[in-house]
Amino acid sequence: MPLDFPFLYETLTTLLGGIPLTLQLALLSMVAGTFLAFGLALMRVSGNWWLDCPAQFYIFVFRGTPLLVQVYIIYYGLSQFPSLRHSVLWPFLREAYWCAIIALALNTAAYSAEIIRGGLLSVPAGQVEAARACGMSKLLLFRRIVLPLALRQMLPAYSNEIILMVKSTALASTITLMEITGIAAKLISESYRPVEVFVCAGATYLAINFFVARLFAGIETLMSPERRNLPASTSEKQEECHV
Amino acid sequence: MSECATALAVELLGIRKSYGSLEVLHGISLAAQEGEVISILGSSGSGKSTLLRCINMLEVPNEGTVAIHGETIKIRQKPGQALCPADSAQVNRLRSKAAMVFQSFNLWSHLTILENLVEAPVHVQKRDRKACIAEAEALLERVGIADKRHHYPAHLSGGQQQRAAIARALAMRPSVMLFDEPTSALDPELVGEVLKVMRDLAAEGRTMLIVTHEMAFARDVSSRTVFIHKGIIEEDGPPKEVFSNPRSERFRQFISREETGLR
Repeated sequence: MPLDFPFLYETLTTLLGGIPLTLQLALLSMVAGTFLAFGLALMRVSGNWWLDCPAQFYIFVFRGTPLLVQVYIIYYGLSQFPSLRHSVLWPFLREAYWCAIIALALNTAAYSAEIIRGGLLSVPAGQVEAARACGMSKLLLFRRIVLPLALRQMLPAYSNEIILMVKSTALASTITLMEITGIAAKLISESYRPVEVFVCAGATYLAINFFVARLFAGIETLMSPERRNLPASTSEKQEECHV
Repeated sequence: MSECATALAVELLGIRKSYGSLEVLHGISLAAQEGEVISILGSSGSGKSTLLRCINMLEVPNEGTVAIHGETIKIRQKPGQALCPADSAQVNRLRSKAAMVFQSFNLWSHLTILENLVEAPVHVQKRDRKACIAEAEALLERVGIADKRHHYPAHLSGGQQQRAAIARALAMRPSVMLFDEPTSALDPELVGEVLKVMRDLAAEGRTMLIVTHEMAFARDVSSRTVFIHKGIIEEDGPPKEVFSNPRSERFRQFISREETGLR
């Protein structure tokens, strides 16, 4: 198959128009999902059965069912309830845009909650004990010791989740949204050239995620100075030892 | 009782602690005068660390009272729940007076050594940051790791980390210092540098309670030696007396075991 560069170029520029919507879906659902996840994680580690159990159930349901099914249920399913159609939320729930964001947010919250919980549990008990022994209140201990240590620990897994989310926004195309994949589907139906169009769509996601990965690698380095190389004075000493 | 309590740095009365059906401490009373250096000896599982951790409520005793400088820590029990300190503000205040040094150092790994030292003084005791930094730098100088102040704990040797942890405890200007096996996690060649720092602290008249396996340190440095066996105090007295003339057969066995290096 000869490469049709003008067509590829045209396809790519058309697809670029979908980037803002893709980014919006990813960003808004990430923000909302993270808040929800944080609450769920705190419920999970609270040690209180009445808090832990509902959080576990939520995570079980949203991790155990396909995101596509969740998108469909929220978009097609909610309108079946007359009370919802007459509620103040209907202007939002009517829109595919908000349905997609809600579905993505609820879904990512389930995964992120477990990532955050893992981060919180990874904080060494000794360092928490040292903080308690210094007379830190629970809140101060959480803010100054537990949270910074947990954030560092969960960042790699969390960047994974964000990259997955960026790709998951493609499912929004199934409920009429014209983000990258939505535009790609439209181009295919017009041109009957699925290979070129999908390759271009894939390349666009790849480019976005390249920047997401770089961003998180940067944040990780910034937040974990203790994992970087030794400061100068120590390395000098080590050299002396070798001599 | 109440008049003399004010002169005591730490006073434990009838401390009992159990985990489930296993009672670890069977009603221990121990009082530390101002300026006393008390070594607490005992084989592993004797309850000596648990006793030390009851002082700052890292372990909450099931029975008995703990007083620091005459102030009794309030404990409450809700029906069907574990015991807990009744007034967390009081406990936090007293904890910053009774600083603890741990076996595994427990420096905060995301903070530099200097930041470790100023953390509690600034955020718990609400002291001026600049003054705290100056004081912390002097303390690091004193324990001999001033050049490491901008390093992270992971970059230090065990001995240096433990000296930093001692400096962190000192930075809170504590009136009592609690040491929980401070040299047990160290390589043998690093033990000396930590003991030297502790020796200096004892010499300047600080009140110290030290759970340790260092027999020589207990004998030479402490003003009082306490031997705990199976949750009760078996020996209590000046090290010279206790070591040369032990009343308890178990302590005699313990000394000979420790000194031949068998544990």
